[in-house]
Amino acid sequence: MNILLDLFLTFAKIGLFTFGGGYAMISLIENACVERKRWITHDEMMDVTVIAESTPGPIAINCATYVGYKQKGLSGSIAATLGMVLPSFCIIFLISGFLDNFLEIAWIAHAFMGIRLAVGILILDAAIRMIGKMPKKPMPLTIMFCALLAMLLIDFFALRISSVTLMLTAAAVSLAIFMVKRNAGKADAEK
Amino acid sequence: MIYFDLLIGFLKVGLFAFGGAYGAIPVIRDVVLSYGWIEDEMLTYMIAVSESTPGPIMVNLATYVGSSQAGFPGALIATAAVVLPSFVIVLLLIILLKKLLKNPYVQAVLRGMKPCIIGVILATGVYMVLRYCVISSDRPTVSLKAVLLTAFLAVIYFGSRKILKKGLSPIALIGISALAGVVVYGI
Repeated sequence: MNILLDLFLTFAKIGLFTFGGGYAMISLIENACVERKRWITHDEMMDVTVIAESTPGPIAINCATYVGYKQKGLSGSIAATLGMVLPSFCIIFLISGFLDNFLEIAWIAHAFMGIRLAVGILILDAAIRMIGKMPKKPMPLTIMFCALLAMLLIDFFALRISSVTLMLTAAAVSLAIFMVKRNAGKADAEK
Repeated sequence: MIYFDLLIGFLKVGLFAFGGAYGAIPVIRDVVLSYGWIEDEMLTYMIAVSESTPGPIMVNLATYVGSSQAGFPGALIATAAVVLPSFVIVLLLIILLKKLLKNPYVQAVLRGMKPCIIGVILATGVYMVLRYCVISSDRPTVSLKAVLLTAFLAVIYFGSRKILKKGLSPIALIGISALAGVVVYGI
Protein backbone atom coordinates (compact mmCIF):
# COMPACT_ATOMS: atom_id res chain seq x y z
CA MET A 1 0.00 0.00 0.00
CA ASN A 2 1.08 3.54 -0.67
CA ILE A 3 2.87 4.79 2.45
CA LEU A 4 0.98 8.11 2.47
CA LEU A 5 -2.36 6.33 2.31
CA ASP A 6 -1.18 3.89 4.99
CA LEU A 7 -0.18 6.79 7.30
CA PHE A 8 -3.49 8.52 6.68
CA LEU A 9 -5.61 5.41 7.33
CA THR A 10 -3.62 4.28 10.38
CA PHE A 11 -3.98 7.65 12.09
CA ALA A 12 -7.60 7.99 11.00
CA LYS A 13 -8.27 4.68 12.73
CA ILE A 14 -6.54 5.91 15.89
CA GLY A 15 -8.50 9.16 15.69
CA LEU A 16 -11.75 7.27 15.30
CA PHE A 17 -11.29 4.76 18.09
CA THR A 18 -9.69 6.63 20.96
CA PHE A 19 -11.87 8.38 23.45
CA GLY A 20 -10.61 10.77 26.08
CA GLY A 21 -7.90 12.41 24.00
CA GLY A 22 -4.22 12.92 24.73
CA TYR A 23 -2.65 10.33 26.95
CA ALA A 24 -5.19 7.68 26.04
CA MET A 25 -3.93 7.98 22.47
CA ILE A 26 -0.26 7.54 23.25
CA SER A 27 -0.74 3.84 24.05
CA LEU A 28 -2.70 3.29 20.82
CA ILE A 29 -0.11 5.15 18.75
CA GLU A 30 2.64 3.10 20.37
CA ASN A 31 0.77 -0.10 19.58
CA ALA A 32 0.17 0.85 15.95
CA CYS A 33 3.39 2.65 15.03
CA VAL A 34 5.99 0.82 17.14
CA GLU A 35 4.70 -2.73 17.46
CA ARG A 36 2.61 -3.38 14.35
CA LYS A 37 3.92 -1.05 11.62
CA ARG A 38 7.45 -0.60 13.02
CA TRP A 39 7.50 2.95 11.73
CA ILE A 40 9.43 4.22 14.73
CA THR A 41 11.42 2.55 17.52
CA HIS A 42 10.44 2.43 21.16
CA ASP A 43 13.13 5.01 21.99
CA GLU A 44 11.80 7.35 19.34
CA MET A 45 8.35 6.92 20.85
CA MET A 46 9.78 8.12 24.18
CA ASP A 47 11.24 11.15 22.37
CA VAL A 48 7.84 11.94 20.86
CA THR A 49 6.24 11.75 24.29
CA VAL A 50 8.77 14.21 25.70
CA ILE A 51 8.32 16.54 22.74
CA ALA A 52 4.54 16.27 23.02
CA GLU A 53 4.68 17.14 26.71
CA SER A 54 6.98 20.13 26.26
CA THR A 55 5.28 21.61 23.22
CA PRO A 56 1.82 23.12 23.06
CA GLY A 57 -1.13 21.69 21.17
CA PRO A 58 -2.93 18.35 21.04
CA ILE A 59 -0.57 15.50 22.03
CA ALA A 60 -2.02 13.23 19.34
CA ILE A 61 -1.21 15.83 16.67
CA ASN A 62 2.37 16.11 17.90
CA CYS A 63 2.75 12.33 17.61
CA ALA A 64 1.13 12.13 14.16
CA THR A 65 3.32 14.91 12.80
CA TYR A 66 6.47 13.25 14.17
CA VAL A 67 5.73 9.74 12.88
CA GLY A 68 4.55 11.04 9.50
CA TYR A 69 7.69 13.11 9.03
CA LYS A 70 9.97 10.18 9.94
CA GLN A 71 8.30 8.05 7.26
CA LYS A 72 7.87 10.39 4.33
CA GLY A 73 8.98 13.94 5.19
CA LEU A 74 6.59 16.84 4.94
CA SER A 75 3.95 15.04 2.85
CA GLY A 76 3.97 12.15 5.35
CA SER A 77 3.48 14.48 8.29
CA ILE A 78 0.55 16.15 6.52
CA ALA A 79 -1.07 12.79 5.66
CA ALA A 80 -0.75 11.53 9.26
CA THR A 81 -2.02 14.78 10.81
CA LEU A 82 -4.99 14.98 8.41
CA GLY A 83 -5.84 11.37 9.24
CA MET A 84 -5.74 12.15 12.95
CA VAL A 85 -8.03 15.19 12.62
CA LEU A 86 -10.55 14.08 10.01
CA PRO A 87 -12.72 11.60 11.99
CA SER A 88 -13.31 13.93 14.93
CA PHE A 89 -13.87 16.87 12.61
CA CYS A 90 -16.67 15.02 10.79
CA ILE A 91 -18.28 13.67 13.94
CA ILE A 92 -18.29 16.97 15.81
CA PHE A 93 -19.43 18.90 12.75
CA LEU A 94 -22.47 16.62 12.53
CA ILE A 95 -23.20 16.88 16.26
CA SER A 96 -22.84 20.67 16.33
CA GLY A 97 -25.92 21.06 14.13
CA PHE A 98 -28.08 19.08 16.54
CA LEU A 99 -26.84 19.93 20.03
CA ASP A 100 -28.88 23.12 20.50
CA ASN A 101 -32.11 21.35 19.47
CA PHE A 102 -31.30 18.36 21.68
CA LEU A 103 -30.99 20.59 24.72
CA GLU A 104 -34.60 21.74 24.36
CA ILE A 105 -35.76 18.22 25.24
CA ALA A 106 -36.29 18.18 29.02
CA TRP A 107 -34.62 14.89 29.93
CA ILE A 108 -31.58 15.62 27.79
CA ALA A 109 -31.24 19.02 29.45
CA HIS A 110 -31.42 17.26 32.84
CA ALA A 111 -28.77 14.77 31.75
CA PHE A 112 -26.46 17.62 30.81
CA MET A 113 -27.07 19.32 34.18
CA GLY A 114 -25.60 16.16 35.69
CA ILE A 115 -22.83 15.96 33.10
CA ARG A 116 -21.57 19.49 33.75
CA LEU A 117 -20.83 18.49 37.36
CA ALA A 118 -18.80 15.52 36.11
CA VAL A 119 -16.74 17.76 33.82
CA GLY A 120 -15.52 19.80 36.80
CA ILE A 121 -14.50 16.60 38.60
CA LEU A 122 -12.59 15.36 35.52
CA ILE A 123 -10.66 18.63 35.29
CA LEU A 124 -9.83 18.48 39.00
CA ASP A 125 -8.66 14.89 38.53
CA ALA A 126 -6.38 15.90 35.64
CA ALA A 127 -4.85 18.66 37.79
CA ILE A 128 -4.32 16.32 40.76
CA ARG A 129 -2.56 13.79 38.52
CA MET A 130 -0.27 16.49 37.13
CA ILE A 131 0.58 17.66 40.65
CA GLY A 132 1.49 14.07 41.47
CA LYS A 133 4.05 14.00 38.64
CA MET A 134 5.40 17.49 39.34
CA PRO A 135 8.80 17.92 41.06
CA LYS A 136 8.03 18.92 44.67
CA LYS A 137 10.56 21.73 44.93
CA PRO A 138 10.01 25.27 46.27
CA MET A 139 10.15 26.99 42.86
CA PRO A 140 7.52 24.98 40.94
CA LEU A 141 5.29 24.77 44.02
CA THR A 142 5.40 28.55 44.50
CA ILE A 143 4.61 29.19 40.83
CA MET A 144 1.78 26.67 40.96
CA PHE A 145 0.17 28.23 44.06
CA CYS A 146 0.52 31.77 42.69
CA ALA A 147 -1.07 30.66 39.40
CA LEU A 148 -3.85 28.85 41.28
CA LEU A 149 -4.62 31.92 43.38
CA ALA A 150 -4.45 34.34 40.46
CA MET A 151 -6.66 32.15 38.27
CA LEU A 152 -9.27 31.70 41.04
CA LEU A 153 -9.43 35.49 41.47
CA ILE A 154 -9.73 35.92 37.70
CA ASP A 155 -12.55 33.34 37.47
CA PHE A 156 -14.59 34.41 40.48
CA PHE A 157 -14.34 38.14 39.85
CA ALA A 158 -14.48 37.81 36.06
CA LEU A 159 -11.27 39.83 35.69
CA ARG A 160 -10.11 40.55 32.17
CA ILE A 161 -6.74 38.84 32.50
CA SER A 162 -6.05 35.89 30.25
CA SER A 163 -4.47 32.62 31.39
CA VAL A 164 -1.98 33.17 28.56
CA THR A 165 -0.77 36.28 30.41
CA LEU A 166 -0.25 34.16 33.54
CA MET A 167 1.79 31.62 31.60
CA LEU A 168 3.97 34.24 29.94
CA THR A 169 4.55 35.86 33.34
CA ALA A 170 5.57 32.52 34.87
CA ALA A 171 7.91 31.89 31.93
CA ALA A 172 9.50 35.35 32.33
CA VAL A 173 9.94 34.93 36.10
CA SER A 174 11.49 31.49 35.70
CA LEU A 175 13.83 32.73 32.94
CA ALA A 176 14.87 35.77 35.01
CA ILE A 177 15.64 33.62 38.07
CA PHE A 178 17.65 31.22 35.90
CA MET A 179 19.71 34.07 34.40
CA VAL A 180 20.36 35.71 37.78
CA LYS A 181 21.52 32.37 39.22
CA ARG A 182 23.70 31.70 36.19
CA ASN A 183 25.36 35.14 36.45
CA ALA A 184 25.85 34.67 40.19
CA GLY A 185 27.48 31.32 39.45
CA LYS A 186 29.83 32.94 36.91
CA ALA A 187 30.73 35.76 39.34
CA ASP A 188 31.58 33.18 42.02
CA ALA A 189 33.74 31.28 39.57
CA GLU A 190 35.68 34.41 38.66
CA LYS A 191 36.57 35.16 42.30
CA MET B 1 -14.49 39.54 10.96
CA ILE B 2 -15.51 36.20 12.45
CA TYR B 3 -13.19 34.05 10.29
CA PHE B 4 -10.20 36.14 11.27
CA ASP B 5 -11.22 36.10 14.96
CA LEU B 6 -11.59 32.29 14.85
CA LEU B 7 -8.17 31.98 13.24
CA ILE B 8 -6.42 34.19 15.78
CA GLY B 9 -8.37 32.81 18.74
CA PHE B 10 -7.60 29.17 17.97
CA LEU B 11 -3.99 29.82 16.97
CA LYS B 12 -3.68 31.20 20.50
CA VAL B 13 -5.25 28.02 21.91
CA GLY B 14 -2.95 25.80 19.86
CA LEU B 15 0.08 27.81 20.91
CA PHE B 16 -0.59 28.10 24.64
CA ALA B 17 -2.29 24.82 25.48
CA PHE B 18 0.38 22.82 27.27
CA GLY B 19 -0.29 19.47 28.91
CA GLY B 20 -2.90 18.16 26.50
CA ALA B 21 -6.66 18.62 26.56
CA TYR B 22 -7.04 19.79 30.14
CA GLY B 23 -4.33 22.35 29.64
CA ALA B 24 -6.35 23.65 26.71
CA ILE B 25 -9.62 24.09 28.56
CA PRO B 26 -8.63 27.23 30.52
CA VAL B 27 -7.22 28.85 27.37
CA ILE B 28 -10.26 27.88 25.28
CA ARG B 29 -12.60 29.28 27.98
CA ASP B 30 -10.59 32.48 27.94
CA VAL B 31 -10.77 32.90 24.17
CA VAL B 32 -14.36 31.76 23.71
CA LEU B 33 -15.75 33.84 26.60
CA SER B 34 -13.78 36.98 25.75
CA TYR B 35 -15.10 36.93 22.16
CA GLY B 36 -18.55 36.03 23.51
CA TRP B 37 -18.86 33.11 21.07
CA ILE B 38 -20.75 30.70 23.31
CA GLU B 39 -21.85 30.75 26.92
CA ASP B 40 -19.86 29.16 29.70
CA GLU B 41 -22.59 26.57 30.32
CA MET B 42 -22.76 25.50 26.68
CA LEU B 43 -18.97 25.21 26.64
CA THR B 44 -19.12 22.87 29.63
CA TYR B 45 -21.62 20.67 27.77
CA MET B 46 -19.36 20.71 24.78
CA ILE B 47 -16.36 19.63 26.85
CA ALA B 48 -18.42 16.62 27.94
CA VAL B 49 -19.40 15.89 24.33
CA SER B 50 -15.74 16.18 23.24
CA GLU B 51 -14.75 13.83 26.03
CA SER B 52 -17.37 11.29 24.91
CA THR B 53 -16.64 11.42 21.19
CA PRO B 54 -13.45 10.07 19.66
CA GLY B 55 -10.48 12.21 18.75
CA PRO B 56 -8.36 14.89 20.42
CA ILE B 57 -10.53 17.01 22.74
CA MET B 58 -8.93 20.25 21.58
CA VAL B 59 -9.74 19.49 17.94
CA ASN B 60 -13.31 18.58 18.85
CA LEU B 61 -13.83 21.85 20.72
CA ALA B 62 -12.32 23.91 17.91
CA THR B 63 -14.55 22.22 15.32
CA TYR B 64 -17.62 22.79 17.46
CA VAL B 65 -16.97 26.45 18.28
CA GLY B 66 -16.03 27.21 14.66
CA SER B 67 -19.11 25.47 13.33
CA SER B 68 -21.44 27.16 15.82
CA GLN B 69 -20.08 30.59 14.88
CA ALA B 70 -19.56 30.38 11.13
CA GLY B 71 -20.77 27.03 9.79
CA PHE B 72 -18.51 24.73 7.79
CA PRO B 73 -15.85 27.31 6.84
CA GLY B 74 -15.68 28.39 10.49
CA ALA B 75 -15.21 24.79 11.63
CA LEU B 76 -12.47 24.31 9.05
CA ILE B 77 -10.60 27.49 10.04
CA ALA B 78 -10.82 26.89 13.79
CA THR B 79 -9.69 23.25 13.44
CA ALA B 80 -6.78 24.14 11.16
CA ALA B 81 -5.77 26.96 13.51
CA VAL B 82 -5.70 24.75 16.61
CA VAL B 83 -3.60 22.10 14.85
CA LEU B 84 -1.17 24.37 13.01
CA PRO B 85 1.10 25.54 15.88
CA SER B 86 1.88 22.03 17.15
CA PHE B 87 2.35 20.77 13.60
CA VAL B 88 4.86 23.52 12.79
CA ILE B 89 6.63 23.31 16.15
CA VAL B 90 7.16 19.54 15.93
CA LEU B 91 8.44 19.85 12.35
CA LEU B 92 10.86 22.60 13.38
CA LEU B 93 12.06 20.50 16.31
CA ILE B 94 12.77 17.51 14.06
CA ILE B 95 14.29 19.38 11.13
CA LEU B 96 16.23 22.27 12.55
CA LEU B 97 16.49 22.35 16.25
CA LYS B 98 16.85 18.88 17.70
CA LYS B 99 18.75 20.20 20.65
CA LEU B 100 16.53 23.21 21.26
CA LEU B 101 14.54 21.45 23.96
CA LYS B 102 17.75 20.78 25.87
CA ASN B 103 18.81 24.42 25.73
CA PRO B 104 19.00 25.71 29.34
CA TYR B 105 17.07 28.89 28.54
CA VAL B 106 14.25 26.97 26.87
CA GLN B 107 14.29 24.60 29.85
CA ALA B 108 13.98 27.59 32.21
CA VAL B 109 10.95 28.90 30.29
CA LEU B 110 9.31 25.45 30.36
CA ARG B 111 10.08 25.09 34.09
CA GLY B 112 8.07 28.27 34.66
CA MET B 113 5.19 27.41 32.35
CA LYS B 114 4.50 23.85 33.45
CA PRO B 115 3.69 24.51 37.14
CA CYS B 116 1.76 27.61 36.09
CA ILE B 117 -0.54 25.63 33.80
CA ILE B 118 -1.08 23.07 36.57
CA GLY B 119 -2.20 25.88 38.90
CA VAL B 120 -4.47 27.28 36.17
CA ILE B 121 -6.05 23.86 35.49
CA LEU B 122 -6.60 23.30 39.23
CA ALA B 123 -8.27 26.71 39.56
CA THR B 124 -10.49 25.99 36.55
CA GLY B 125 -11.57 22.67 38.06
CA VAL B 126 -12.35 24.26 41.42
CA TYR B 127 -14.27 27.06 39.73
CA MET B 128 -16.28 24.74 37.48
CA VAL B 129 -17.26 22.47 40.37
CA LEU B 130 -18.29 25.41 42.57
CA ARG B 131 -20.12 27.48 39.98
CA TYR B 132 -22.75 24.84 39.27
CA CYS B 133 -23.29 24.16 42.97
CA VAL B 134 -24.35 27.78 43.43
CA ILE B 135 -27.40 29.08 41.61
CA SER B 136 -26.70 32.71 40.95
CA SER B 137 -29.85 34.57 40.03
CA ASP B 138 -30.40 37.79 42.06
CA ARG B 139 -28.95 36.34 45.21
CA PRO B 140 -26.52 33.42 44.99
CA THR B 141 -27.96 30.35 46.69
CA VAL B 142 -26.38 26.98 47.14
CA SER B 143 -28.14 24.21 45.21
CA LEU B 144 -28.39 21.23 47.55
CA LYS B 145 -29.12 18.87 44.65
CA ALA B 146 -25.96 19.90 42.82
CA VAL B 147 -23.79 19.65 45.95
CA LEU B 148 -25.07 16.17 46.76
CA LEU B 149 -24.77 15.03 43.15
CA THR B 150 -21.20 16.38 42.90
CA ALA B 151 -20.23 14.63 46.13
CA PHE B 152 -21.84 11.40 44.88
CA LEU B 153 -19.99 11.55 41.54
CA ALA B 154 -16.66 12.38 43.20
CA VAL B 155 -16.99 9.47 45.64
CA ILE B 156 -17.86 7.05 42.81
CA TYR B 157 -15.10 8.33 40.51
CA PHE B 158 -12.25 8.48 43.00
CA GLY B 159 -13.56 5.56 45.08
CA SER B 160 -13.73 3.24 42.07
CA ARG B 161 -9.92 3.29 41.89
CA LYS B 162 -9.76 1.52 45.24
CA ILE B 163 -11.88 -1.35 43.91
CA LEU B 164 -11.29 -1.57 40.14
CA LYS B 165 -7.76 -1.71 38.80
CA LYS B 166 -7.97 1.38 36.63
CA GLY B 167 -11.06 2.96 38.15
CA LEU B 168 -13.94 4.37 36.13
CA SER B 169 -13.07 5.90 32.77
CA PRO B 170 -14.05 9.54 32.14
CA ILE B 171 -16.70 8.37 29.67
CA ALA B 172 -18.20 6.05 32.29
CA LEU B 173 -18.35 8.97 34.74
CA ILE B 174 -20.07 11.16 32.14
CA GLY B 175 -22.56 8.35 31.47
CA ILE B 176 -23.33 7.92 35.17
CA SER B 177 -23.62 11.68 35.66
CA ALA B 178 -26.08 11.92 32.77
CA LEU B 179 -28.27 9.18 34.27
CA ALA B 180 -28.03 10.78 37.71
CA GLY B 181 -28.96 14.15 36.20
CA VAL B 182 -32.09 12.71 34.59
CA VAL B 183 -33.12 11.12 37.89
CA VAL B 184 -32.25 14.03 40.23
CA TYR B 185 -33.42 16.96 38.10
CA GLY B 186 -36.32 15.12 36.46
CA ILE B 187 -38.13 14.50 39.74
